[in-house]
Amino acid sequence: MEQKRTDNPAADSLERQIEAWRAHLRKSPTITRQDAAELEDHLREQIASLGADGLSNDEAFLVAVKRMGAIDALTREFAREHSDRLWKQLVLSGDEGAGSAESPAAGLSRKLLVALGLAVAAAMAIKVPALFGIGFDQHRAFYVLNASFFALPFIAAYFAWDRPLPRSGRLLVAAVFAAAVVLVNAFPFPAPDGDHVPHTLVLTALHLPIALWLAVGIAYVGGRWRGSERRMDFIRFTGELFIYYVLIGLGGGVLMAMSVAIFEAIGVKMEPYLENWILPCGAVGAAMVASWLVEAKKSVIENMAPVLTRIFTPLFTLLLIAFITTMVGTGRRIDAEREVLIAFDLLLVVVFGLLLYSISARDAQQPPGLFDGIQLTLIGAALVVDVVALWAIGTRISSFGSTPNRVAALGENIVLLANLAGSAIIYAGFLRGRQAFSRLCGWQMFYLYVFAAWAAVVAFVFPLIFGFA
Amino acid sequence: MSINKDLVAASSTALVLAILAEGDSYGYAILKRVRELSGGELEWTDGMLYPVLHRLERSRLVESRWMKAKSGRQRKYYRITDAGRTQLADERRQWETVDKALGKIWERS
Repeated sequence: MEQKRTDNPAADSLERQIEAWRAHLRKSPTITRQDAAELEDHLREQIASLGADGLSNDEAFLVAVKRMGAIDALTREFAREHSDRLWKQLVLSGDEGAGSAESPAAGLSRKLLVALGLAVAAAMAIKVPALFGIGFDQHRAFYVLNASFFALPFIAAYFAWDRPLPRSGRLLVAAVFAAAVVLVNAFPFPAPDGDHVPHTLVLTALHLPIALWLAVGIAYVGGRWRGSERRMDFIRFTGELFIYYVLIGLGGGVLMAMSVAIFEAIGVKMEPYLENWILPCGAVGAAMVASWLVEAKKSVIENMAPVLTRIFTPLFTLLLIAFITTMVGTGRRIDAEREVLIAFDLLLVVVFGLLLYSISARDAQQPPGLFDGIQLTLIGAALVVDVVALWAIGTRISSFGSTPNRVAALGENIVLLANLAGSAIIYAGFLRGRQAFSRLCGWQMFYLYVFAAWAAVVAFVFPLIFGFA
Repeated sequence: MSINKDLVAASSTALVLAILAEGDSYGYAILKRVRELSGGELEWTDGMLYPVLHRLERSRLVESRWMKAKSGRQRKYYRITDAGRTQLADERRQWETVDKALGKIWERS
């Protein structure tokens, strides 16, 4: 009996049948490549043996598959033995490899080494200014202002290396960071006296990372910024990064609390070391590590951000409807306090986040469904609530005076309001079948520029307008 | 006559270990040996052997390695471990006890 080598059509069709069978088998997460190889070896031996008994290839294949057992039953049996495989694990060492020559593990560990190297570099970079006499304790303003520069360039550098980013892109990203660093440090912010830090300095520090995040995005997409699909990938990355960073931060908090507690027991005060070393170095290093982790896990573990939006979109919708009903029912007005604008800004940010991350996970081809209705209701309710709040504040804004904080908060509100209003119009069109869902993605991806531009205006122009107050 | 499914499952450990005690082997050959030994009476669905082998491997009763077979394909060979031999001796005592007890009762009737 001739093995594989024959190039007659019957042997070819047998190969195709085996191929299809193996592909079907591999769909189950409980059957690894090695298991499939082992079962395939069995199948082939069975076919050869049946062929020797005089069966044709097709007959032999059918009998052999039948003897092997139904694939459903087989995968169920494998699942019982290997239930752990139903939980997708992030394999960092990667020992998949029997029979297969290519090993993704080598590439992965090289990336890990580069990411760790950059994380260490970031952690060291944040201690460099201290060598020149700029300590944490006396120069808080410096660190507040420059915090972005100890984390973001390293993340950008990682992606510039990994993608890789073409030379022109590298120059652009480097130029953006360099210009920003020079500009904010050249600003003549007054030296903070005591605990009072200039408002414009805080605003710059808060908006700088948002503006610079776009530069990280250019590195992330490897310079191929056009086409909203790649930018959407960057948005997905951003959401997961945020979640992983928060999780790592929580873990870091536990670590620090533990170290304080156990060193306390032997009479050693850990707080100064934590404040000056562990916390700053950990914070910037973790940003790099989290970036790498999100990339490494993206195809292995379910994305969390869309899961959270699924849970919280209906809940926030209920909250806002309850709020509107209560407001109408009791006739109460929004109390135009000074801080109320910030609260409504945050509300819009949350609604925007819920919208963005449900868009990011939605299959654009699917027809409108119940969840889309809920989503639109949420946006509509948020718009109503925000317009009412703006109305209440607008009547009194002149009496408050236009401090940088208030102008920034108002501007943020309008930027987000415009985004949600545009989204609502497109979404309504989509629900009535007049618009393609991809229009919504396009709108949000276009809006990234608006966010970055607004953040840049607050970070770089506000200090000039308000005289660094 | 077809043998009860539970009995097939219960005897699988002892059978596989006993066959591997004869010498290293691989899935297809183990199944062939089972058929031979039972005169074709003990029918396993082929695929079900592999979860059994993997369970034995996880409990360190057997160990496996990939080697090139004569056909040129990679094949996974299994070998019984010392723990496997101990387990096999234990299984053997149990089955012999059951066999003896049933034998005694059926001799009289």
